[in-house]
This record gives sequence, structure tokens and C-alpha cells, in this order.
Amino acid sequence: MGARTRHVGLPRWIHVPALLAGVFVVLPVAALATRIAWADLPGLVTSPAARTALGLSLRTSAASTVLCLLLGIPLAVVLARSEARWLGPARSLVLLPLVLPPVVGGIALLAAFGRQGLLGTQLEAWGVQVAFSTIAVVMAQTFVSLPFLVVSLEGALRTAGERYDVVAASLGAAPTTVLRRVTLPLVLPGLASGAVLAFARSLGEFGATVTFAGSLEGTTRTLPLLIYNLRVTDADAAVAMSLLLVVVAVVVISLVRPRGAQ
Amino acid sequence: MKKYAAAATTALLALPLAACGDNDGGDDGGSSGRTTLTVFAAASLTTTFEELEEAFEADHPDVDVKLSFGGSSDLVAQITEGAEADVLASADTQNMDQLVEAGLAAGDPAEFATNTLTIAVPPGNPGGVKDLGDLADEDLAVVVCAPEVPCGNAAQQVAKAAGVTLAPDSEEQSVTDVLGKIEAGEGDAGLVYVTDVTAAGDKVEGIAFPEAADVVNHYPIVAVKDSAHADLAQQWVDLVLGDGQAVLAAAGFGPPGA
Repeated sequence: MGARTRHVGLPRWIHVPALLAGVFVVLPVAALATRIAWADLPGLVTSPAARTALGLSLRTSAASTVLCLLLGIPLAVVLARSEARWLGPARSLVLLPLVLPPVVGGIALLAAFGRQGLLGTQLEAWGVQVAFSTIAVVMAQTFVSLPFLVVSLEGALRTAGERYDVVAASLGAAPTTVLRRVTLPLVLPGLASGAVLAFARSLGEFGATVTFAGSLEGTTRTLPLLIYNLRVTDADAAVAMSLLLVVVAVVVISLVRPRGAQ
Repeated sequence: MKKYAAAATTALLALPLAACGDNDGGDDGGSSGRTTLTVFAAASLTTTFEELEEAFEADHPDVDVKLSFGGSSDLVAQITEGAEADVLASADTQNMDQLVEAGLAAGDPAEFATNTLTIAVPPGNPGGVKDLGDLADEDLAVVVCAPEVPCGNAAQQVAKAAGVTLAPDSEEQSVTDVLGKIEAGEGDAGLVYVTDVTAAGDKVEGIAFPEAADVVNHYPIVAVKDSAHADLAQQWVDLVLGDGQAVLAAAGFGPPGA
């Protein structure tokens, strides 16, 4: 970035593994297309079960993305800017959902927020029923997606550096103003790609959801859960839903990519 | 460059969208000299088949039995997709029929056990469940299997026979998932098999109901065609049909043909 520099030549061999990597990712998804019953596709992807699941997936993923933004932005700022010593270990802990199998995440969520969980009994006393509710789906998605947003944003914040923050502060801006008017606007692309990552991860979330929230049409059965359910009885429908999910994911990714790749 | 990299990361990370992998058994069994016999079995057979595995391996020191448990439909799907299984023990006849129709069964499947449904509740029965009729209660957290899987199919049939409209809060993919939700105290009541309650020990309580006798699940077993260890596969089948019967009975299974 910055001033346009002349291209440094790439070693030629690098194109081979790069191509291989691309093929490795694209091939399975393309192979999915060969299994599609094209004639039945319109009927399958517009079936009531599919529409219900897609709607639920989009709503819950949007909700969890908003939660990720509300919770993740402050966390990323603290991780990137604060100099406290305990932040090193804290960062590893917060990023744990990235490496945990989602099923483990689901079990952990049960242990905390389940009806017999650490906070679950208290929540129940307050009349908050998390078990088998759409709230549980959003919680599972937020749990697994939050690190994606935090990592993206923290990286962007570190790259952007503190120069402009310092200038703004020296001109008399209060810390909140600096954050709102200088720091965050500078990392907007990073924030946007982090949000898209979080949304995409939420959309694909399966393991934590099925463990923590259960599976019921219209309430907790998101598109990935429906696909898992259908592949047993109706493989054609499962493949069609998979395609639907791929299309939605591609649309979401391309929403941010043009600006990011300019 | 950095922006391209970010975009590529976005694309990469977002792609593994759907299901997590099914477990393939994991370890490689270690020592190279031993023959591996792979047995696919319905999830409800977990404890009994693990016991039979020990007996079989004691009789065949050179054989390592690998058990893969799952929903019967999952297992059949895996075999038709080319998974290397030597034996299939299914929790219902429909899925076994699919294997036979696909031409993947070596000979005719033999019935080796039966099983009926029961109501599972967490210890102490916090929901105060008494009979099947209570599972129509919207206020109770009721967990059953999805209608597509055998235990869900059985649950629907039982409910129909009893004239009860179930009010499930979750429809799980396998009976172990249902049991897990009850053990965790998330669900107040679930429909599982008698054997699941026996296996769970004091982690759940079983409540028998008379309508359960209307729907009996038949468990067939067969060696998979073209198994690399056809003779061993048949010996496993013989064990299950012979000495294994005592183990199955102790776990709460009914005798074949019941």
C-alpha cells in the first residue's frame, strides 16, 4: 500500500502450490454441483422447510454479528492498545473458540448457560429460558464467531498504529472521541471484513448449535442443521440446501471483497 | 497485497460451512501385525458391542476390532459411499433393507435383538412426568429423535398408537443426543430405548409406559459384502447371535423375534 511500488517478481514455482491450494478449496464445492438434481432444485430450495431454515439462519447470523460487533470491538481495542501484562494469556483464552471443536463449545455453553449450568439456574429464576430457544442459537453462533471479528480488528488496529490517535489526543480530543472519530474510522475495512467473517462463521455454525440449542424447525433448526437432518432421508434436498448455503456465503463474501481488493 | 490476503482469508475461512465430520474411529490401532475388523453399529449398541469387542479380541489376539457407532441411516450412507465396514448392525430393518438393496450385504441379515421405547427423565424427575400423555405438555422440555431416524420414527408410531400429539422442543439426530440432553438436565423428558436408560445408570430415570409394546424395534446384523475379512466378519455375527445374547439381555434388549 502507500506509494505504488514496482512489482517484485515472484518465483515461478510458487504458482504451482498456489494453484493446487485453489483447486483444493474449489474442487469439492464444484463437485457438489455435480450431485445436484437440477430439475428439482427450484422446488427443493423454496420448500417451506428450506425457507424457514434459511430465514432463521439469516436472522440468527445477523443477530450474532451485531453481538460480535458490540462485544468484539471493545475487546479488540483493549487487546491492541492496552499494555497490561495479563493481556497475553487473556488473548489466548479469548481466541479459544477458534481452536475448540464446536461441539466442545456447545458442551461448554451448556455447562455455563444450560438449565443446570453455572448461570442457567439463575437465568431460569429470572424467567429467561435459554434451552431450546433461538437465543441459544445466537449465543452458540456468537461464541464461535467472536474470535474472527476480534482477530481481524486487532490486526487492523496494530497495523494502523497509534500516530493519528496521538495527534488527535494532543489536539485535545477526549479518549472516547479519539476512538470514535479517529481510531475506528481508520480500521473500517478491517472491521468490515471481521464482521463478514463473523457472519459467515455464524451462518455455517453447526456443532455448538446442535449441542447447545437442539434442533427444531423454525426455532433452532438453522440451514446447516437442516442439511445434516436431510442428508439421511433426502440426499437431493441436502445437496440443494448445501448449494443454497454456498450461494449465500459467496454473496456475503463478495459484498465486502470489492472494496477490500481495490 | 494485504487486502488481497484479507479477502482470500475471508473466502477460505467461510467455506467449511456445514456439518462437522463424523467420527471415523480416530486411532489407527497401533501395531501393524493385527488385522482390523471394522464393525458399524447403531448407537444404542455402544456398551454391549464394546463388551463383545473385548470378548472377541480375547479369542482373537491378532484381531483389532474397531467399532463405529452412529445413527443406522448414517452408517448405511457411509457404507454405500464406500466406507470400509466389515459388519453392520442396524437398529431397524428399513436401513438394513437399504444396504441389501444396494447389494452390499453378504447374505441375509439376521435379527439378533429387539428394543422398545421408554421415557427418560433426569434424576428426581423434575418435570413430574408420569406417562406418555405428559409429553404433549408444551410447558415441559420434551426431546425426541427426528422423524427421519429410527428412534424418531418409533416415537411417532408410539405416539400415534397412543393417540398423543408430542410437543417436542428439540428433534435430535440420534438417541444418544436425546439422552445427552436429558442427562444434562436440559430436557424434562425424552423418548429413548429401554437399553439406553439401563446403560445410563443413575444419570437418568426410566418411566415405562404400556403403549411402548405396540412398537418393537428389530435389530438385524449382516456381514458387509466384499469385506476383506469375510470369515472374521461372520465370526462376529455368530458371536452376536450366540454367546453375545446374554450380554444383550443384561443390557435390557429383548430376544430376537419378540
